[in-house]
Amino acid sequence: MADDANKVNGADEAPIKERVKPDPPGYFEGESMTRRHVFTVASQALGGLAAAGIVLPAVGFAVAPIFHRGKERWEGVGPVSDFVEDTYRQVVFTETEGIGDAGKTTAYVRKSSADLGEEPGKFVAVSNRCAHLGCPVRFVEAAGNFICPCHGGVYDFQGKRIGGPPVRPLDQFQTRVRQGQVELGPRYSVTSQMEPVRARDPGEFTGGIWEYLYPPRPSTFPPP
Amino acid sequence: MPSFPKPKIPDAVVPPPLRKPAKPGSAGTPKGQAPTDLKETPERPSHGDKLLDQAKEAPIDALGWVDQRLAATGFLTGMLFRKVPKGTNWFYTLGSATLFAFIVQATTGVFLAMFYTPSATQAYSSIAHINNDVPLGQLVHGMHKWGSSVMVILIFLHMGRTFFFGAYKYPRELNWVIGVVLLILTMTMAFTGYLLPFDQRSFWASIVGININGTGPIVGPYLSDFLRAGPELGATTLSRFYAIHMLLVPGAIIALIGAHMYLVVKLGTTAPPWVKTERPKGAMPTSELEAGANGNGRVNGAAR
Repeated sequence: MADDANKVNGADEAPIKERVKPDPPGYFEGESMTRRHVFTVASQALGGLAAAGIVLPAVGFAVAPIFHRGKERWEGVGPVSDFVEDTYRQVVFTETEGIGDAGKTTAYVRKSSADLGEEPGKFVAVSNRCAHLGCPVRFVEAAGNFICPCHGGVYDFQGKRIGGPPVRPLDQFQTRVRQGQVELGPRYSVTSQMEPVRARDPGEFTGGIWEYLYPPRPSTFPPP
Repeated sequence: MPSFPKPKIPDAVVPPPLRKPAKPGSAGTPKGQAPTDLKETPERPSHGDKLLDQAKEAPIDALGWVDQRLAATGFLTGMLFRKVPKGTNWFYTLGSATLFAFIVQATTGVFLAMFYTPSATQAYSSIAHINNDVPLGQLVHGMHKWGSSVMVILIFLHMGRTFFFGAYKYPRELNWVIGVVLLILTMTMAFTGYLLPFDQRSFWASIVGININGTGPIVGPYLSDFLRAGPELGATTLSRFYAIHMLLVPGAIIALIGAHMYLVVKLGTTAPPWVKTERPKGAMPTSELEAGANGNGRVNGAAR
């Protein structure tokens, strides 16, 4: 083998004995890699670096929205006197800017009620987005329930699920009062015990182990 | 065993460099003799005849010029005149039909893109413009809209044919895998294309679809955010779906169709399961073969 390697170099027989014979063949003294191997690895590494330089920014650009949280947005929906304790008033406000009517969403707003164990003097804004797959639910005055037209989800007056396929209560919006106006803010989800958690998409359970199986997304706002 | 007639390749298709020279003596001249008609002075062709001959040869010469540089004749004749198994029937055209549906989608899609605006505020009105104002716009939009359903139906029928004929078995497993990826990509096209008109139906259907994606544990919520480019369906969602529908997936589909068809030509197609193999003369009698295949799949009890 060693002889073959030398013949490739085109050397004559005689001076070979004086020269240092590479051992193992192809390697010279002090080398741990052949030169050919060094250049192969180096050019592959450079190529990989160049490819990464192109691919990583592009992929990052595509997945960046997962980690981006938009500006917190508050919108007034009417004076305090518009809202009562025992029924909801339907309001429409913009949740996503820049896409016209498609960015608007509907909320059902009422005053908080001590009878339901809520802190008095606040306002409750229930999202009309069904917790099953996101269809718009409607508050039916006569029944005092929220009913979803798509797959028959039913929620009680507070928004807790009482029938059909939904997996959790209806989402809510943060509320505050500014200059006599009730303002609605970011969306949040609630557990079956009505404890606020970060907003989840429809179809995702909340509370207990589900908080880990459906982890909170960085693009949502912390709950109140 | 009936012999297949050798495919006759029309002379006009074969460029002169590849054309078989005429056998000596085949044109009425006895073997080993000079052609008799050479003894007479051949009639000198007129200038007009020469021009006519040149004109007749021109397309073939041009083809030959290209082929000398491409060397595509061997590949093309091998592909177009390849043998197919006995019993090949109409069910075997479902793949080509799917390909045809894809070509219709690609063509109509290109023309729709000339009028469509992928913006949340203008998408709906640009579709209305295509349907109401653009000449034949409703037809082209309709072809694209209904063609997508046709393609999905055809790709499932093609998959069913492959499954029920057992055509996915060795050595064609890889082609089955490529086909499944093509099926998923076709469904991706159908899903992303559904949002583009941006009417009530497509808006809510996309919300439901994205929310179904989100119900996958752990990765689901992030997948939804990726598809929507944010926590809610917004302005970027539409352009994102548009880019996936227009650029990303069609490129992948074209590349994979190429690989799929390469493997079809390379490996050949299967006979339908009801066609029995004909054994060549001198082969081992079938009875012996069956006795030898002793239940564990080894032929003739051969040791590994």
